[in-house]
Amino acid sequence: MVELVQEKDIYRSAFARLEAESNPVGGSALIALRTQAMARFAELGFPTLRHEDWRYTNVARIAKTEFRSAVDCSVDLDERAIVAETFPEAQFHRLVFVNGFFARDLSSQHGLPKGVQVGSLAETLDDDPSWVERHLARYASYQDHAFTALNTALMEDGAFVYVPKGVIVEQPIHLLYVTMPGVEPIVVHPRNLIIADEASQVTIIESYVGLGEGVYFTNTVTEISVGEGAVVDHYKVQRETTQAYHVGTTQLYQRRSSTASSHIISIGGDIVRNDINAVLDGEGCDCTLNGLYVPAGKQHVDNHLRVEHRKPHGNSREHFKGILDDSARGVFTGRIIVHKDAQKTDAKQTNRNLLLSDNASVDTKPQLEIFANDVKCTHGATIGQLDKDAMFYLRARGISADAARSLLVFAFAGESIAKIKPQPVRAQVQQILLERLPQGDQLQGLS
Amino acid sequence: MLQIRNLHVNVQGHEILKGLDLTINAGEMHSLMGPNGSGKSTLAQVLAGRDTYEVTEGEVLFEGRNLLELEPDERACAGVFMAFQYPVEIPGVGTAYFLRAAVNAVRKHRGEEELDAVDFLGFVKEKMRLVDMDEQLLKRSVNEGFSGGEKKRGEIFQMAVLEPKLAILDETDSGLDIDALKIVADGVNSMRRTDRAFLVITHYQRLLNYIVPDFVHVLVDGRIVKSGGKELAMELEEKGYGWADQSIRHAAAAS
Ligand SMILES: Nc1ncnc2c1ncn2[C@@H]1O[C@H](COP(=O)(O)OP(=O)(O)OP(=O)(O)O)[C@@H](O)[C@H]1O
Ligand SMILES: [Mg+2]
Repeated sequence: MVELVQEKDIYRSAFARLEAESNPVGGSALIALRTQAMARFAELGFPTLRHEDWRYTNVARIAKTEFRSAVDCSVDLDERAIVAETFPEAQFHRLVFVNGFFARDLSSQHGLPKGVQVGSLAETLDDDPSWVERHLARYASYQDHAFTALNTALMEDGAFVYVPKGVIVEQPIHLLYVTMPGVEPIVVHPRNLIIADEASQVTIIESYVGLGEGVYFTNTVTEISVGEGAVVDHYKVQRETTQAYHVGTTQLYQRRSSTASSHIISIGGDIVRNDINAVLDGEGCDCTLNGLYVPAGKQHVDNHLRVEHRKPHGNSREHFKGILDDSARGVFTGRIIVHKDAQKTDAKQTNRNLLLSDNASVDTKPQLEIFANDVKCTHGATIGQLDKDAMFYLRARGISADAARSLLVFAFAGESIAKIKPQPVRAQVQQILLERLPQGDQLQGLS
Repeated sequence: MLQIRNLHVNVQGHEILKGLDLTINAGEMHSLMGPNGSGKSTLAQVLAGRDTYEVTEGEVLFEGRNLLELEPDERACAGVFMAFQYPVEIPGVGTAYFLRAAVNAVRKHRGEEELDAVDFLGFVKEKMRLVDMDEQLLKRSVNEGFSGGEKKRGEIFQMAVLEPKLAILDETDSGLDIDALKIVADGVNSMRRTDRAFLVITHYQRLLNYIVPDFVHVLVDGRIVKSGGKELAMELEEKGYGWADQSIRHAAAAS
């Protein structure tokens, strides 16, 4: 009990500091929001294994660590240090955040269509606090999620993207979060708000990377509002260091006839939890959630999906694949809720896992709650090892055991990678995976 | 080239091969026939290095080396090829990529230069014509969605690409219509050389009308019960495997 109070005290003092700032971000509306979220966090506390949604993911280590608020050290960061992360060949619009702070000098955008806003959320809220009223925390609820509550209470900055009605943003918008940990553990609470108005189109790429040694915690929330008939593709490539904790919510809110996808690629991190929530709140929505997680060592990756069909004729597709090596642990929960009105829903979910080691393990479970009677809802989960017959077939043709294994692992991931539309991102994920495979270099040019 | 002496093999505790002897010399075409379950595929798989089969006794020499201590890929690189009775589908692994990886592994082992994608394509297309394979199949995943006949022709195609010293064909003729059978047989015949040997496993004499063996062996219950020339196959077709088995028993009883 005493311990719990202490945990919260760390964040309460951080909150007090924010509150005391002479020029608080976002004006009075945000202060009210923060206060409510902080109060809610105090009530909820960090989840324990007794909490149904956290049964397989123990966050005690996160709760017990005395994280400091991160300080802005973007001046210490040479652009060359992040060149590998920025898709320099591509013409992406880019926002860079270092330890949670917007790094204008490292960011760039060129020729955005008229009316499109891409920038710092903090600055946007300063300029026009009405965005808070209208959108912020309207989609990602902090009522039943302690980490989202904490993020809402303590957020300092993140990306703001607004695409007006009918506008198509051709080049993807790349949001890069760089954390530079120090001697003492630090925490960053990135907060992103993406609004695509009616019939607009935009692609958002979030990348998370850590530079250097040290424990840190990324607690991120991204809210995406997809207007009527809009098309939004979202990618999150998480490559934190193996000393990092990463907890993130991706919240999709879809209006009528909109199309949205979110691709969650989990590579780094010590304890990783992704909440991916989609609300299909209009007729004829199409939602694709695609995931790939490749933990090794002692990494723990939990993907928690919640797709809510509220209106008829919605399509949702969830395909998550895991490749787990060493003593890695995977958790997958796929909750699909079909409301009474959501007739003709077509929901499909798969979770396939490949265990490369006897010590790796996965807990996977679908949770279907269907209140409509005319729906198609399928799910399937598999946990398996490399196909021995396929291994033998490849080896019987002269391919070494290592190469055969890598080939099959890469083939397993291939389907998820192929769904990544922007070529530079696809190539990057492919490259990261190849680097992790024995003789992976020889698999170049495979696809 | 290949000497098998007193080979005993267990599968899941059951003895399947019970003392098999077989010698194959370079340039020879051997045919192995026998009823279902007699152990033909077991022999093929053991020679290719499948580890689910346990060799409990006997030895196998390939060009004087102990074949059984080599890994499956080492055997392939050394020049042993087995056409699978049931080729495996491998989703996500492209046929062209797979073949190039295989060819280059074998070439590297032989001390030859590896082929780049362009050279490889030229090389492979020529081999595809040999077995009348559609080039589109190169773009598909290994064996995935191939028809039965395409899979079997694919095995012969792979053999042609890998140019082994010893080719073991496990019922490559089964399930083929007569046209496909002729294509497969032509492929095999075109590869006959004085420094290459074949062990063709089949149920049916009809294949042997097109691929004429130098030797025919009859495998019954884990042992070779009769060996002879190509006329043995015809005799078998007429009289059945029981005859081959019994004639051995009679001979044994008489002595
Ligand atoms: N992996 C295995 N597990 C259990 N039993 C096996 C296995 N492989 C083969 N067997 C058994 O070994 C025996 C010989 O099988 P094998 O496949 O070698 O026969 P075969 O002569 O090739 O038959 P067919 O003509 O049907 O192809 C059979 O009784 C079979 O059931
Ligand atoms: Mg067989």
